[in-house]
Amino acid sequence: MSAEKFQNPVVRWIDHRLPVFSMLDHEKYDYPVPKNLNYMWNFGVLAGLSLAIMIITGIVLAMSYTAHVDYAFDAVERIMRDVNHGWMIRYIHMNAASFFFVVVYIHIFRGLYYGSYKAPRELLWILGVVIFLLMMATAFMGYVLPWGQMSFWGATVITNLFSAIPVVGDSIVTLLWGGFSVDNPTLNRFFSLHYLMPFVIAGVVVLHIIALHRFGSNNPIGIDASGPQDTISFHPYYTMKDMVGIAVFLLLLAMAVFFFPNAMGHPDNYIPANPLQTPAHIVPEWYFLPFYAILRAVPDKLGGVLLMFGAIAVLFVLPWLDRSPVRSARFRPLFRIFFWLLLIDAVVLGYLGGKPADGIYVVLSRIATAWYFLHFLVILPLLSVFETTKPLPKSISEPVLGASKGAA
Amino acid sequence: MMKRVFAACVALVLTGPAYAAGGDVSLTERDWSFNGPFGTFDKAAMQRGFQVYREVCAGCHSMKYIAFRNFADLGYNEAEIKAIAAQYEVEDGPNDDGEMFMRPGVAADRMPSPYPNDNAARAGNGGALPPDLSLIAKARANGPDYLYSLLIGYKDAPASLKVPEGMYYNDAYSGHLIAMPQPLYGDDVTYADGADASIEGLSADVTQFLMWAAEPKMEARKRIGVAVVFFLSIFVILSILAKRRVWADVH
Repeated sequence: MSAEKFQNPVVRWIDHRLPVFSMLDHEKYDYPVPKNLNYMWNFGVLAGLSLAIMIITGIVLAMSYTAHVDYAFDAVERIMRDVNHGWMIRYIHMNAASFFFVVVYIHIFRGLYYGSYKAPRELLWILGVVIFLLMMATAFMGYVLPWGQMSFWGATVITNLFSAIPVVGDSIVTLLWGGFSVDNPTLNRFFSLHYLMPFVIAGVVVLHIIALHRFGSNNPIGIDASGPQDTISFHPYYTMKDMVGIAVFLLLLAMAVFFFPNAMGHPDNYIPANPLQTPAHIVPEWYFLPFYAILRAVPDKLGGVLLMFGAIAVLFVLPWLDRSPVRSARFRPLFRIFFWLLLIDAVVLGYLGGKPADGIYVVLSRIATAWYFLHFLVILPLLSVFETTKPLPKSISEPVLGASKGAA
Repeated sequence: MMKRVFAACVALVLTGPAYAAGGDVSLTERDWSFNGPFGTFDKAAMQRGFQVYREVCAGCHSMKYIAFRNFADLGYNEAEIKAIAAQYEVEDGPNDDGEMFMRPGVAADRMPSPYPNDNAARAGNGGALPPDLSLIAKARANGPDYLYSLLIGYKDAPASLKVPEGMYYNDAYSGHLIAMPQPLYGDDVTYADGADASIEGLSADVTQFLMWAAEPKMEARKRIGVAVVFFLSIFVILSILAKRRVWADVH
């Protein structure tokens, strides 16, 4: 890893004193990546790209935004109508937020399917859950900023959840609000924190990547690379494979931004916030709906809040709930069935979260919530013990080369 | 099997958050000129719609995000915009004596509101607040179809329903009881171009105008969108070809 490998004398001079080029070179060429990664492994890069898009468009939006209850809604309309291409920047920011969650949800379910949370990648997984939590906080506060009806009432409902905490609950809510209701101080601190959090996320992303590069990527068959024949360099192989994912991602994002910019938003948020008029149905953004369904499935407020946070808490301890030594679902026939059931369960929860909390929807929410926790707390630990897994291949190259290996 | 499960999940995800209107109403769907990726506004219809707004709606409803200069989008030239603006009285000031004063509007002014504040608006409308119409086409589910259906939706209430004083029966309104009296009956305004001034014609024109007001950059958005999608489609193809070429030597 000496600086001599660089031709350019300026690069060589800098690298001798500040080895950033060696570092990049190391990640690009020397970092071994399993050669059998499928397109599901694009979503980490896509999440990073989403974060970058959000930060860049967000900084530009903040230049024309005013965090005041009397001006916030007008400021957003000014961006939409009078700022040059302001409508484009805002629609990108709005839709990329949704895409960010789509990408991260796929990233999470990929990790679940291929057992990417298992030793030695437990901390990598936990850092990922931390990023997910930070994203949810950031997205929630960002949705408040346009100060429409859903902004205001969403903020009221979600911040009120904390009042369920015994003894200190009400004090925490007052602290969150900066007063005794959602008002100007709330908007101000949410704007401040909404600007701060993406950079905290970026910091945790760096840790996430450091942890990833410690043992490298997991792969679809979930066994460790046994030697150089199992790996290839990140560049050009995975840079090119990621490029395909990035191109498709940008294409879909562009279609949403330019042709259906408000499809994932709620029409009520184009009505200025009115503390005296509650909307008929208060619904959060779609990416919170599964958790919203869990919250409302419980008749008790504190219980609902605990269960909602519990739904994320189980992800933190997942590496210790699923003790099966086999990572990939490809070799776990039972686990694979339960994985798909969990995915269906999550989607059903999301659907129920968008429905009014009465009648059959409450019953279904309870069943789906119970199944969610059953999966993590009972089924996974039991499967680790009782499941008969299929035999693992000897190396990554073996299934890739297949029968032709014997002939060669 | 897995692919089918996945497809079902995607379908559910896509339809789940589609926030449906009221549920107890059905909307009349129209084939609007601005629908679809190549949709554009109909300038003549927008000008007529503006006339309907000005002569009927503007009695109660403000459009405070719209400035006269924005009417260039409707196809008016600078002189016409100045003439339109000059027909309005706008409050300005304070002058050197510290007094607010009225003057004729200029292109840079926002459209004056019919009431000085919300309380005055409520007082003038039996306690109901006529909403600002700048964003109304985006602030309701299926905005344009909803507005059109609402405007043609005034009917006699079914005998079983007792309509309270100051309320009116409307097919398209959630709950069917609306505080706004029927605004259009047909031939409420005289169109200079002789276009259809039936209640359907007037409603469609004013809807066209309100959709523009809510999303004035829509034409630019779709125009740029077509170019961006075309460019990115080529990018997708090229990146797939490049990836295949690079990976050709990996076994």
